[in-house]
Amino acid sequence: MAAATAEEIRANAYVGFDTITQQIEHKLLKRGFQFNVIVVGQTGLGKSTLINTIFASHLIDSKGRKEADEPVRQTTEIHPVSHVIAENGVKLRLNIVDTPGYGDQIDNENCWDPLVKYIKDQHSAYLRKELTAMRDRHIQDTRIHCCLFFINPTGHSLRPIDIIVMKKLSEVVNVVPVIAKSDSLTLEERDAFKQKIRAELQYHNIRLYPFDTDENDEEEVQLNESIRSMIPFAVVGSERNVIIDGKSVRGRKNRWGVVNVEDETHCEFVYLRNFLTRTHLQDLIETTAQIHYEAFRSKQLLALKEQTNPRPPAAQSSA
Amino acid sequence: MSSLRSTSPTPERPVAWTLLLPKPRLEVDATRSINAKQEHLSRPDAILPPFHSSPTLEMSDSYASTGNGDAPNGSSRMNGSSPSLPAGSNEVGTAPIIRKKLMGFVGFANLPNQVHRKSVRKGFQFTAMVVGESGLGKSTLINTLFNTTLYPPKETLPPSAERPSTVAIESISADIEESGVRLRLTVVDTPGFGDFVNNDECWRPIVENIEARFDSYLEQENRVNRQKIMDNRIHACLYFIQPTGHALKPIDVEVMRQLHTRVNLIPIIAKADTLTDEEVAEFKARILADIAHHNIHIFQAPTYENEDDEAIAEAEEIASKIPFAVVGSDKEVTTPDGRKVRGRAYPWGVVEVDNEDHCDFVKLRQMLVRTYMEELREYTNTVLYENWRTEKLLSMGVVQDSSVFKEVNPAIRIQEERIMHEAKLAKMEAEMKMVFQQKVQEKEAKLKQSEEELYARHREMKEALEKQRLDLEDKKRRIENGRPLTPEGKTSTGKKNRFLGRP
Repeated sequence: MAAATAEEIRANAYVGFDTITQQIEHKLLKRGFQFNVIVVGQTGLGKSTLINTIFASHLIDSKGRKEADEPVRQTTEIHPVSHVIAENGVKLRLNIVDTPGYGDQIDNENCWDPLVKYIKDQHSAYLRKELTAMRDRHIQDTRIHCCLFFINPTGHSLRPIDIIVMKKLSEVVNVVPVIAKSDSLTLEERDAFKQKIRAELQYHNIRLYPFDTDENDEEEVQLNESIRSMIPFAVVGSERNVIIDGKSVRGRKNRWGVVNVEDETHCEFVYLRNFLTRTHLQDLIETTAQIHYEAFRSKQLLALKEQTNPRPPAAQSSA
Repeated sequence: MSSLRSTSPTPERPVAWTLLLPKPRLEVDATRSINAKQEHLSRPDAILPPFHSSPTLEMSDSYASTGNGDAPNGSSRMNGSSPSLPAGSNEVGTAPIIRKKLMGFVGFANLPNQVHRKSVRKGFQFTAMVVGESGLGKSTLINTLFNTTLYPPKETLPPSAERPSTVAIESISADIEESGVRLRLTVVDTPGFGDFVNNDECWRPIVENIEARFDSYLEQENRVNRQKIMDNRIHACLYFIQPTGHALKPIDVEVMRQLHTRVNLIPIIAKADTLTDEEVAEFKARILADIAHHNIHIFQAPTYENEDDEAIAEAEEIASKIPFAVVGSDKEVTTPDGRKVRGRAYPWGVVEVDNEDHCDFVKLRQMLVRTYMEELREYTNTVLYENWRTEKLLSMGVVQDSSVFKEVNPAIRIQEERIMHEAKLAKMEAEMKMVFQQKVQEKEAKLKQSEEELYARHREMKEALEKQRLDLEDKKRRIENGRPLTPEGKTSTGKKNRFLGRP
């Protein structure tokens, strides 16, 4: 706390405590990392495909209705799918929560309730584990770190249901809006659409990730700025490879051209992927823990205190 | 009412046929016969005599006896290839068909041209409706189809603007002309469809609008003076499906189910440039499976028996592409090889709207404008409208009378109605009388009862009085006999004795 007034002392000889970073890294590598994502959007917007594209592996199956007599999903079924992917010795435990059936019914009133409830349930489970007297050394973290919200590429504006859901979700989780199937928009249409969306989000006071905090230095602030100027990301997802100029890349082939998913001039997938995995992965996890979880926790504990206040303090046990 | 008169047939002289076609259906029947005749004319040996013809006896039959509209290909049959019957067969009203050989050129092969000229002079009307969620490119597609900026580019509302809460119905009309043929094109748009959080009953305004148009046409038909009938019924409904690549959404299924009995439904996959070829094929198959599963009737191009192979092949091609995967664009772009085409320019390529390989727009335009516009109109008129009319009249209580012309004569109908009405009144009167009688009886019974009660009470009272009197007399006698009861009794008896003259 007295960091402002303490001076930095240079040691006379090399002590060696700068290896703490490696020690931490070693520890963390053993433990592995946990990342939880939820994808929210109407059927057929390419949610499952995009996840598979970002992590370059087949993680979830697309859940479209295959047969005519298959019943339509009546409620949003929330299914977490767990995978562990490894890269250069780093293990990432991935939890992907898919939401098929969202926004598909004719009457979509309160279709966002199951989502918000699920997210809050994860916070609540973590809180409960935290508050037990005998708790595990390392609590398994199922809190949702990031929500990818898929927007229909109409080219006009956000739909009323999108605005309501984004508002509700941005209060409990980090929301990253994404324009799905953006290969249906030409570049001018895409720009106009994005501007429209940003204006609407601002008008409705929807706070989107990334947030700027005081801890960020110049570079990070600039990075956040550039990210914010690109939101919502216009992406195209593809698991299949196509040949462009003799190289095999992921893309979509049509009779009039080939969309290269990794090409920045075609779509913004690369930016989204870098944002999610290369630059802000740790920040997402931290923000969830520090901002959203803390808000939830303080509300819960205050409510708990008021509940148990009239009772004798002996009765106040763990939640 | 059509009637055919023929002079007595002799083998040498050619036969003259007089033909009177029924009035309000002039164009429809004419086109039917035109179609038949045109196909016949397209045969190589058609223009030369002898000229086989057996056209319209059947048409007249169908109009007089049955009231329901026949399917368009039901009644115009051309059996031009069969040889003519011998001239001896007699016509008896409805039964045999007489085919005659023409010995020379008569000239009624010119009928199609006459009708053509007349129709061109009159101009055509076509009304189409576009239904779909916002942002699917409906306005753009209409502009592309008719190659004219019917819909101005949409200005987007600022986020603070009030959004409407119900589906609106807007229509735009334009008179466009091409090679001397004038078309009054009306497009009905449905902004707000499917955009709300709760989309229950969002089809109701649409269905009501369609039925209102049918209503107004029915009303116009029933007017006394029917010279100017404005036909603004919806002839075709383009339903836009979102290119999800999976299957139909519940709202799609529900709306199509509500609309398919009232209007010609043509499903369209919008913004099809997001889908690759395999995805499009899969999607189409799933949509058709869904449609069949829910028994939805989409518009099918009707096939006639005597069409030439070219027409049949074309019809099959069009039918195989339903639902059409379209891309719309009213802007011109330059392709990499330098051509200027209508299309959309992406960083990875240019989609050409008019290229059949890229999308089904050409086929849609063929179906809607070039080939089947008249079919659509006719189907609307003869099948959809008739069904609705029958339903409506039945529900209003109009009963089909099988004896001919009964319903046409209004005086008799009024008479009948009056009789019915009077009967109803008489029945009501009888009922009221009965009720009245009943009430009277009840009251009488009650009164009688109370009368009896009164009598009984009267009797009782009388008896009681009698008893009292006897009692009193008894007492009097006893007192008179000298039994002293009370001093008052004594004095009274004393007085009594004095009165009676005793000392």
